[in-house]
Amino acid sequence: MSTKTLAAADEELRFYDLDEHAHPEGHSTMLGFWIYLMSDCLIFAILFACYAVLGGNYAAGPAPKDLFELPLVALNTAMLLISSITFGFAVLQMQQGKVRGTQIWLAVTALFGAAFLAIELYEFRHLIHIGATPQRSAFLSAFFTLVGTHGLHVTFGIVWLITLMVQLNKHGLIAANKRRVMCLSMFWHFLDVVWIGVFTIVYLMGMLQ
Amino acid sequence: MSRESTPGHADHPHEIEMPHASLRDYLIGFALSVVLTAIPFWLVMTMPLSAGATAAIIMGFAMAQIVVHMVFFLHMTPKAEGGWSLISLVFTIIVLGIALAGSLWVMHHLNTNMMPMPHDMNQLP
Repeated sequence: MSTKTLAAADEELRFYDLDEHAHPEGHSTMLGFWIYLMSDCLIFAILFACYAVLGGNYAAGPAPKDLFELPLVALNTAMLLISSITFGFAVLQMQQGKVRGTQIWLAVTALFGAAFLAIELYEFRHLIHIGATPQRSAFLSAFFTLVGTHGLHVTFGIVWLITLMVQLNKHGLIAANKRRVMCLSMFWHFLDVVWIGVFTIVYLMGMLQ
Repeated sequence: MSRESTPGHADHPHEIEMPHASLRDYLIGFALSVVLTAIPFWLVMTMPLSAGATAAIIMGFAMAQIVVHMVFFLHMTPKAEGGWSLISLVFTIIVLGIALAGSLWVMHHLNTNMMPMPHDMNQLP
């Protein structure tokens, strides 16, 4: 048996991690959350792929042109875009260490998010009322799944916003809360990115067909 | 924006890396987003161009707006988290491209190569 691969006794021991450094609590949260968002992105990618494949199968039912009202969608888009910048203002207030200001801007963001949801639910209610239900055609199934999943994300975003406001009230701007604000900021802006895809591919492209 | 290098650890043991946002970034991002959203809506609502040209332009605007959001709102930089954010983003975009292009490609071929069939399956001999 050969012992050549073993280090000689007088040789200095070497480890791969030569520089031992601290791992502060939460140092990997931001990257971990980013990777969660990427996996969420894949969910939406699959739903977009479904919509792209099934979006033309109307089953002799209504087509996008018969259903969508662009002014309403434009209003909806505006709500989400404004909520994005108001979240930005919350982050800026947090960076200046202002708890109250952060909470106020988070509340404003939640209001615009709720307005977005209200408009979307109004649209869904209208569609279902005129018989354009998810069961009507493959196009409508794909439409409700894609837009509904986005709406569900916004709903949970609002739940998180309210939770965060309570946490800020209780503990103030501690490191953990700052981290939470930044994670929710990423989540919220990410939802706005997904909405860009939704209004372009579903609504605008739908009106062109 | 990002921590200088590893020696910084010793000085601030409890500091974690967080992207630094500025009012200027948010305002620029918001202004660009408004323009990049308004033009596609205007193009589709008034239809000054052909459907094909409009479709190409609005897809281009959507791509541009996604980049604007990534840079100005999500503070993506190639150096964020030591490059791991960008690597995971690039990986996601590759998978996304395969899923989208592959689905459309396969389903298009299925549709075109399918034997014509009556809507009512009972009429088949």
